[in-house]
Amino acid sequence: MRFIDEYRDPEAAAGFARALRRITTRPWTLMEVCGGQTHAIVKYGVDELLPPEVELVHGPGCPVCVTPLELIEKALEIAAMPGVTFCSFGDMLRVPGRTTDLLTVKARGGDVRIVYSPLDAVKLARENPDREVVFFAVGFETTAPANAMAVFQASQLGLKNFSILVSHVLVPPAMEAILSSPESRVQGFLAAGHVCSVMGYREYEPLVARYQVPIVVTGFEPLDILQGVYMCVKQLEEGRAEVENQYARAVRRDGNVPAQLLMREIFQIVPRKWRGVGEIPKSGLGLAEPYASFDAELRFGVANHTADEPTECCSGRIMQGLMKPHECPAFGTRCTPEHPLGATMVSSEGACAAYYRYRRLTVPQEEKAVQHGN
Amino acid sequence: MLRSGRVDFAGIVKHVNLSYVPDAGIGDFVLVHVGFAISTVDEAEATQVFRYLEQMGELAELEEREPS
Repeated sequence: MRFIDEYRDPEAAAGFARALRRITTRPWTLMEVCGGQTHAIVKYGVDELLPPEVELVHGPGCPVCVTPLELIEKALEIAAMPGVTFCSFGDMLRVPGRTTDLLTVKARGGDVRIVYSPLDAVKLARENPDREVVFFAVGFETTAPANAMAVFQASQLGLKNFSILVSHVLVPPAMEAILSSPESRVQGFLAAGHVCSVMGYREYEPLVARYQVPIVVTGFEPLDILQGVYMCVKQLEEGRAEVENQYARAVRRDGNVPAQLLMREIFQIVPRKWRGVGEIPKSGLGLAEPYASFDAELRFGVANHTADEPTECCSGRIMQGLMKPHECPAFGTRCTPEHPLGATMVSSEGACAAYYRYRRLTVPQEEKAVQHGN
Repeated sequence: MLRSGRVDFAGIVKHVNLSYVPDAGIGDFVLVHVGFAISTVDEAEATQVFRYLEQMGELAELEEREPS
């Protein structure tokens, strides 16, 4: 497929790997904050092409993974109510709450449906005026314009039986939370290309100035990631800290202005809990006052419910770049994609799920090599 | 705000909302997320990765010629 296949060319990848080896003189730790990039890195073995000095750690880049437990509990409660048709993207259905998940609610007779786009949920609401149709609005800035449009359309159509359960998160505040942590090992970021195609990259300029870390807007094909890593390492080696754009074919500095305008109309910035990380100020979107009647939390009276995270899961440390998935004692044993303990094993875009899928066989070999070395 | 169009994903054609790419027209490549086109692919920028690589190759040759 055009604009995809050429970015997986092995010879070009080897070229970037050689170039990286040439410029790397000391250890560097870079973080990507995009589940699609994490998945591509592990699937294509991009990290194995890098010089040993360059380490990639995997940030909180998967919106399904970071959706807090209390929102999952609210979703489960609403989905089980009579008269409700609960719509969600497919990957939310298996995310575990405290005792159950949406798929189980569906199996017990709840009307839970997978939709491809939030507009499908609006259509369901139009066609079924006797049902309360609720859409689980999960996602980063990439998904927010679509959800904003769903609410806008519902408002224009005067739909009284449509609402959304909002769990929107914003990437730059999470990056800042990681950078400001005294434990942080991150020396450079690959910024998520698709988030930036909506938001542009002006937001990163103050971060670069304040924390003196390079941020490279990066796509998520293997060559994009390799070039992003190269540009980031080059800045570090030269002592520069700037925002650069590797993904210029899809990202402009100002982003998608019409999308941002509707996002600002429908949503407002709110504090948000991130599963495995905790609450981050100004890191989420909630419905703006004029659209509060579309807020499922208010409509179904679940706004004040809270739930605490289980303690055994290490996903918070993994998403802050402090450990790798296979270093967790529960990885692949007590925690698997079928029975996840938490955030990063839940979605296919989560770091633990990616390691489980593509690295299960290689991890023990690495351990064996270490033992022989000793 | 309801502009939509047919987008071909390597043979699978889907209806996609084009509200956020007002300049996109027939024959353009778009980036699609949950049923919405969120960006138009800039074809001139699309070869940038390979130009960068070529440039680095030339730089490497120059570096090799320099006495170390």
